[in-house]
Amino acid sequence: MKKISWHDLPLRRWLTLAPPFAWLALFLLLPFLLVLKISFADLKFGVPPYTPLAELKDEMLTLTLSLRGYALLFSDSLYISTYLSSVKMAAVTTLCCALIGYPMAYYIARSSPSVRNLLLLGVILPFWTSLLLRVYAWVGILRNDGLLNNFLMWLGVIDAPLEIYRTDLAVYIGLIYAYLPFFILPLYANLVKLDVRLLEAAYDLGARPWKAFLTITLPLSMPGVIAGAMLVFIPSVGEYVIPEMLGGADTLMMGRVMWTEFFNNADWPMAAAVTCVMVLLLLVPLVVFQYNQVKQLEVQKRRRNG
Amino acid sequence: MDNRSAASPWSGDADEFVRIEDIVKIYGDTVAVQSVSLSVRRHEIFALLGSSGCGKSTLLRMLAGFEEATSGRIYLDNEDITSLPPYRRPVNMMFQSYALFPHMTVEANVAFGLRQEGVPRNEIHERVFEALDLVQMAGYARRKPHQLSGGQQQRVALARSLVKRPKLLLLDEPMSALDKQIRQRTQIELVKILEQVGVTCIMVTHDQEEAMTMADRLAVMTEGQIIQCGTPQEVYTFPNSRFVAGFIGSTNLFTGTIVVDEADHVLIESADLTRPLYVNHGISEPLGMEVHVSVRPEHIRVLREQPESESNWGHGMVSHVAWMGSYARYQVRLDAGMVVEAAVPGQVLAQAEAPGLDDEVYVAWSSDSATVLPS
Repeated sequence: MKKISWHDLPLRRWLTLAPPFAWLALFLLLPFLLVLKISFADLKFGVPPYTPLAELKDEMLTLTLSLRGYALLFSDSLYISTYLSSVKMAAVTTLCCALIGYPMAYYIARSSPSVRNLLLLGVILPFWTSLLLRVYAWVGILRNDGLLNNFLMWLGVIDAPLEIYRTDLAVYIGLIYAYLPFFILPLYANLVKLDVRLLEAAYDLGARPWKAFLTITLPLSMPGVIAGAMLVFIPSVGEYVIPEMLGGADTLMMGRVMWTEFFNNADWPMAAAVTCVMVLLLLVPLVVFQYNQVKQLEVQKRRRNG
Repeated sequence: MDNRSAASPWSGDADEFVRIEDIVKIYGDTVAVQSVSLSVRRHEIFALLGSSGCGKSTLLRMLAGFEEATSGRIYLDNEDITSLPPYRRPVNMMFQSYALFPHMTVEANVAFGLRQEGVPRNEIHERVFEALDLVQMAGYARRKPHQLSGGQQQRVALARSLVKRPKLLLLDEPMSALDKQIRQRTQIELVKILEQVGVTCIMVTHDQEEAMTMADRLAVMTEGQIIQCGTPQEVYTFPNSRFVAGFIGSTNLFTGTIVVDEADHVLIESADLTRPLYVNHGISEPLGMEVHVSVRPEHIRVLREQPESESNWGHGMVSHVAWMGSYARYQVRLDAGMVVEAAVPGQVLAQAEAPGLDDEVYVAWSSDSATVLPS
C-alpha cells in the first residue's frame, strides 16, 4: 500500500486542510505551550507571578527549568489522590450516562420522524440556559430544605432530610445531568443510521428481539458509544463548576485544585503543572484509542487489497 | 361472505405446500394487499411479479412475518403461521440488499441462524461449510461482507438463508443489486442451487425476464391484487388482460369491436387497421363490444408485397429499425397512425432484401397468434 506523506498533498488539499490546522494551532496548541512553559517556571511575586524560562543577561542566554511544580505534584499524596478521584468520578459518570443515555438514544432513534425531532429538541433544550443556572437549580432541589427533601418528607417516605447536597452523590447527579446530552447525541446519530433490515434479518434467522439487540445493534453502535463516552469522560475529569457548587469540602476533583492553585494560592507554575499532567493523563488513552482505530482500518484495507 | 368455500379449489391439490387465504393488508387508509389467495406447491419456485407499489413486497413481508396481516390466513405445510413472529417461522429470506451483518465474517453470518437454534458447535461448523460449499464461497469464510463483490455477497446471503434448511425460502428482488451482465448467468445458477436443495421458494421481482427465467409459476400483481397466475408460458401466451399482455413482454394492442362472433373464430374491426382482425378462437364477449387484440412483436412479419389474405394485415411505413444482433426490432407506422412493433429474426433478414427506414411495408400475422383481451 502506498503511504501518504505530506509531500504528496497537492496545493488544493493543503488549502482545505489549512484552516482547521491553523485553528488548532492558534487556539489549542499555542495556549497549551504557554501553560507548559509556565509549568516549568518558578514562583515569583510580581506580574506575571512566575520567573521567565529564558533570560538574556550579559549576552548570555540562561535557561532555567524549574521542576518544583512536578516534584510537589508527585510527592504530595493530595494531588495523586485527586487525580485518581477525578478519574473515578468521571468514569462512574460515563458509565451512568451510558446506562441512562443508551435507552434514551435508542428510543429517540426508533421514534417516528416527527416525534424524533421533538425528543431531540428536549435533549438539546437545557443548553439554552446557562450551565451555572441549571446547577443552581440542582442546589435548590438537593438542599436539606430543598424541593426533593420537602417532597419526600411530605410523602412520608423519610422523617429527616437526606444529606445529598455537598456530597459526592450530588456531584454525580450534577455531572450525569450536565453531560447526558453529550452521550445521547452522538449515539443517536449512530443508531438512527442503523439499517433496520439487519435486525429483520436477525429475526428472520431466529433471533429473539433481545438477542438481536445484543448481537447486532449493540456491536454496531459501539462507535457511537465510544464517541459519547469520550465526550462525557474528558470534560468530566476537569470539571470545576459542578463539584464546586454541589460537592462537599472533601470532594476532590482536578478542576477545583487548579482553581485553588491559580486564584487562591496564586501559584501559577503549580497550577500549570497540575494542568499539564491532566492533559497527559487524558491524552494517553485517546492516542491509544486512535492508534488502534487506525491500525484496524489499515488491516481491513490490506485484506481488501490482498 | 364465506371465503372458506371460495378457497376450496386449492385444497384439492395434493402438492400444496403454502396456502395464502384472502390476505388483506391495510396501512392507515391505503390498501397495500387486497384479498390475495394463492397456493404454492412443494419444491416450486413461484414468482410474484409486479411494478413497485403493487403489494408484492408487502405480501412477501407478511410471509416472513415482518408485517402482520390485517385479515386472512397463511398456511405453511398445513400449519397456520399467520400470527407467528418471524423468529419462530420455518421461513428464511434473502434480502434485496442482502442485509449481511457488516461486523461479522462470512462464516459468522452463515452460522448466525444455527447459533440461535442452539445447534452444537461442531455441527454448526459442518453445516456452515456445507452451505458455503454449495454456493462456492468456502474460500471466503474469514472475509467481512465489505470485502466481497456484489455477486459474492449475494451467494453468502443465499447460504445464510439456506443453512437452516427452511421449509420456505423467500427471495426479495434477488438480482436487483447485481450488474446487468452477470444477472442472467446468476439467475440460472440460483435456480440450479434451489433445485439441488429442493426448497420451496417464493420470490418477488419487478423484472419479467427474471421471473420467466427462474420461476415454475408466477403471479402478476397490480394494485394489491393478483391479476393472473400460471406458468410463464401460459401467462405469456394467454394473457387475460391488457395489463398482463403489456407487462409480460411487449405487445401490440389493437382496439376494435366484434363484428362476427362464431364458435371457432371472431372478426374484429379496428380503426387502426383497414382490414379486419381474424382471431381463431371463440370468446365470451357479446357482439358489438369493444375489445383489445394483442399480437406479440415476434409474430408480426414485415413484408414488401401485399398479403393475399383478407384479414390480419396492415399497411404502413418503417419508422425505426433497431438491430439487436439475433433479430431486428422494426417500428412500422400504420396509415391510421398506430405504431406496430415487429421482431424480425436475423435469418429472415438475411434471406430477403430487408426493408429499411421509410420503406413502404405491410405487417401481417397469422390468425392463431392474436389473442382477444376482454379488459
